[in-house]
Amino acid sequence: MKKSMYGKFGGQFVPEVLMPALTELEEAYGRYKDDPEFLKELDYYMKEFAGRETPLYFARNLSKKYGIKIYLKREDLVHGGAHKLNNTLGQALLAKYMGKKRLIAETGAGQHGTATAMAAANMGFESEVYMGAKDVMRQHMNVYRMELMGSKVNAVESGSKTLKDAINEALRDWVTNVEHTHYLIGSVVGPHPYPMIVRDFQSVIGKEVKEQIMEKEGRYPDSIVACAGGGSNAMGIFYPFIEDNEVKLFPVEAGGKELKTTEKEALHSASLCVGEEGILQGAHTLILQDKYGQILESSSVSAGLDYSGVGPELAYLADIGRIKPCCVNDDEALEAFYELSRLEGIIPALESSHAVAYVMKMAKTGELGDLVVINLSGRGDKDLETVFKLKKEEAKEACQ
Amino acid sequence: MRIADKFTELKEKNEKALIAYVCAGDPSAEATKEIVHALVKGGADIVELGLPFSDPVADGPTIQAASTRALEAGMNPDVYFEMAASIKENVPLVCMTYYNLIYKRGNEKFARDCADAGITGIIVPDLPAEEAEELHVACKKNSVDLIFLITPVTTGKRMEKNLEKTSGFVYIVSRLGVTGERVDVAESTKNILARIDTEVPKAVGFGISNGQQALEVIKAGADAVIVGSAFVSIIASGEDVNRRVEKLASELKISCR
Ligand SMILES: Cc1ncc(COP(=O)(O)O)c(C=O)c1O
Repeated sequence: MKKSMYGKFGGQFVPEVLMPALTELEEAYGRYKDDPEFLKELDYYMKEFAGRETPLYFARNLSKKYGIKIYLKREDLVHGGAHKLNNTLGQALLAKYMGKKRLIAETGAGQHGTATAMAAANMGFESEVYMGAKDVMRQHMNVYRMELMGSKVNAVESGSKTLKDAINEALRDWVTNVEHTHYLIGSVVGPHPYPMIVRDFQSVIGKEVKEQIMEKEGRYPDSIVACAGGGSNAMGIFYPFIEDNEVKLFPVEAGGKELKTTEKEALHSASLCVGEEGILQGAHTLILQDKYGQILESSSVSAGLDYSGVGPELAYLADIGRIKPCCVNDDEALEAFYELSRLEGIIPALESSHAVAYVMKMAKTGELGDLVVINLSGRGDKDLETVFKLKKEEAKEACQ
Repeated sequence: MRIADKFTELKEKNEKALIAYVCAGDPSAEATKEIVHALVKGGADIVELGLPFSDPVADGPTIQAASTRALEAGMNPDVYFEMAASIKENVPLVCMTYYNLIYKRGNEKFARDCADAGITGIIVPDLPAEEAEELHVACKKNSVDLIFLITPVTTGKRMEKNLEKTSGFVYIVSRLGVTGERVDVAESTKNILARIDTEVPKAVGFGISNGQQALEVIKAGADAVIVGSAFVSIIASGEDVNRRVEKLASELKISCR
């Protein structure tokens, strides 16, 4: 197996012009990932700036209602409101050690863009963020946040105007400015070594859970549930448990309206569940495509899960049966959004609501066992407008 | 027609090659056939037929827009090969596309379909040599050249490997960036050509749009110039397309003589 591969998945399907940069990144990461000085500095940022460690919170009321013990890993409490900062601090620090001056990033929900803007402002980088025009509309609070912190936000008008198109545009920028720019990818996607680097920086989530759950319960959970767009919060919490085969791992994808595709688009974003093998944005993975290999536009109520591909390592882990891909639809996710808000006083991101919804749906079946950890990857403030708009539309329909 | 035969023919005439790129199916398959005819009439020696992909990461706005138009007009690999097979010009045809379309059809089938349609070269901008083994084998078997790229940041071992693997010609990307018209190409082209030592014809692309630039590139030692976005822009305008495409081709070809 090539070192860039996870089984048959992964690889480096990028323009020639980027190959030296990927090699440089891989070498730099190899050099610094165990370097005491680098780790000390990263640890400082994680504690003092990001606010780690995050609590593993016993969701008393949810547990009572659904009849199993449910813990929430509170990544919503990380500075910026999502797990994304774990990765941006790591990569920005790496870029600093590499002598890069400029950071670029793609963003879907705007959470990764925001986390990039935070790291960039704090560590003194120039930064530019690419965001699909559709996402700029539905997540415009995050656009203001990025701009406040000094990032330039570019609305991307091509294709479906969502995450996939933002990645295309970021790649085009990188191809042009590769000599002094680091492309700070926001999920476990793209060419090697990105899926590995992002997974490693996000693994802090799972490492903390291991210790916290031992302390609270004296054993590992029966299952861990995390939403998966590109898959970084899922890989982050799963990875330290990969060898612990008794722990079931469930990545929850966005089922959108339904698991169907039309000629040009998928009504969902469930590439692990129903995607096919293909090459997208640097990696051989599972993707949504038509019979010729044209990429289908994806769809989801949550911008952060609205993506036509998924990280190659998740595709591999699904292939060997170590993780169990599943999905919930838009309505189920919205119901979970309300349920967690009301029962626990915690407003989850629409992305994370997918993970909560799956637990609500499956708790009674026994499939999850009786001790479950949900990765609450982000908070829902950014989604209030989306949710209110949907509520209004619903009310209108009810009147008619 | 094989690419090597074309370069031999040109060498005998002491000429350099003009390689023209168009996006197949923009604005329609029928129109592309006429445009190819006009290009060849104007003096194009090799024609690159882009097979449009939904997510063309190596392309600038001009070719992105052309890809979108072509896809909306119904271009797909089946139509593409049918159209290519019906082109009866006396020039090599080269397919330029992204790897997922090849992977999905199957490396072997894609190479065979190219050969059957009279396409004798393939360029895949998102397939570096490391990932190209299967397609390489399929191309060899079907007598199709697989063309690799060299960029300003390709050095040392990578340069050697890419030069060793490429056949037909080597595609030299004269500067960092995506496809599109540029003001200045001379300096970066000189730098990169000076570093390349090979028997394979050296074709320079990305950014060349007029006769003056073509002349500078050829003076710097290129065996061919590749022009894409300038033709695609004319096609996008929809005005007097065939005549203007032919005129630009002949202007560029003058620089190659
Ligand atoms: C809160 C939250 N969760 C999850 C995701 C999805 O990303 P990933 O699958 O990489 O964790 C996002 C992306 O924007 C997000 O903002």
